[in-house]
Amino acid sequence: MQFFDPHIHIASRTTDDLLAMAKAGCVVVGEPAFWMGYNRSGSNSFYDYFRQLTEWEPQRCANHGIRHYAWMGINAKEAEDVGFSREVIALLPEFLDKPTVLGIGEIGLHKNTKNEVTTLLSLIDLALTRDEQMLFHTPHLEDKYKGTRMILDILRADSRVDRSRVCIDHCEEHTVRLALDEGYWAGITLYPTTKATPERAADMVERYGAERMLVNSSADWGPSDPLAVPQFIFVMRRRGHPDSLIRKVVFDNPLKFFNQSVHFTYAPHEQA
Amino acid sequence: MTTPMSASDTLAREFLGIRSRLLDVAAALDRVDRAAGAVGDDPRAAKLREALELLVAGGAERAERLQLLFSLPYQDQWRRQYGV
Repeated sequence: MQFFDPHIHIASRTTDDLLAMAKAGCVVVGEPAFWMGYNRSGSNSFYDYFRQLTEWEPQRCANHGIRHYAWMGINAKEAEDVGFSREVIALLPEFLDKPTVLGIGEIGLHKNTKNEVTTLLSLIDLALTRDEQMLFHTPHLEDKYKGTRMILDILRADSRVDRSRVCIDHCEEHTVRLALDEGYWAGITLYPTTKATPERAADMVERYGAERMLVNSSADWGPSDPLAVPQFIFVMRRRGHPDSLIRKVVFDNPLKFFNQSVHFTYAPHEQA
Repeated sequence: MTTPMSASDTLAREFLGIRSRLLDVAAALDRVDRAAGAVGDDPRAAKLREALELLVAGGAERAERLQLLFSLPYQDQWRRQYGV
């Protein structure tokens, strides 16, 4: 079955991974800008990273028949430094105009601090001023519930937000309903230990339905699996779910979400 | 939407996995007990006991309730506190 991985950090993955993903049926990936595992020394480092996401990685993916799209932003962890964040935000318009950029992401909260909120408000304002789609990172572990609710509070207070063009990502059992009930797309990240396993993601689809549900590997430099989406496909099939339902989650839904960006030009071939 | 499989088939499929994970939990708790020192006052130990009690008590939405148990509380006045 063909699938999208709507959130994966290709910059952290090898060419062997791309080959395995292509063989497994991956046709489109979405790569949000994120934290590299260490804080960058200056905004120039972000500039080069944004070039990597808009020039080099699309080419590397294209060599494997995979379409690469990117999201531009400053991650929540480095957003704690408000002054530095302003420098990075000033770089974004140039890259948001690139032909493979879907919008602003992944942005959000990490430890739910006041500084993170200040930066996030600037990023949201930039997105709404430019009519960009948004992809939200929600915090880890014990911070997730509080941070997700804070993000939803911020979005609810801004009447310009079109919820159908926003994804609340890294949802788990205690936050997925919050995102769906308010009309957002809900992303479920499939990780071996933290976030959600493919089995728990399948549980959430069974519990809340497939509408506006996305699953992704968010595979990066940490423990993660670039073949997590096909693993989800396997789990769903093993439980007896029809391919039409599985395809909705791994192909039709991300296609619909991404299609709202003016830069998204992928056209599916016949029946995948 | 529910799982297409029956409860009996689901249990049969999950049984060994659940058993294995329970053993992992039991062995990890034994490991803590065998180690030098004590964690009786550690709030994380209390949280784990609370989590185990939640599972034993049964009821629906165990995963969601477990997640909330391990979550920091949300305060709806946060915007006023932050001045934003």
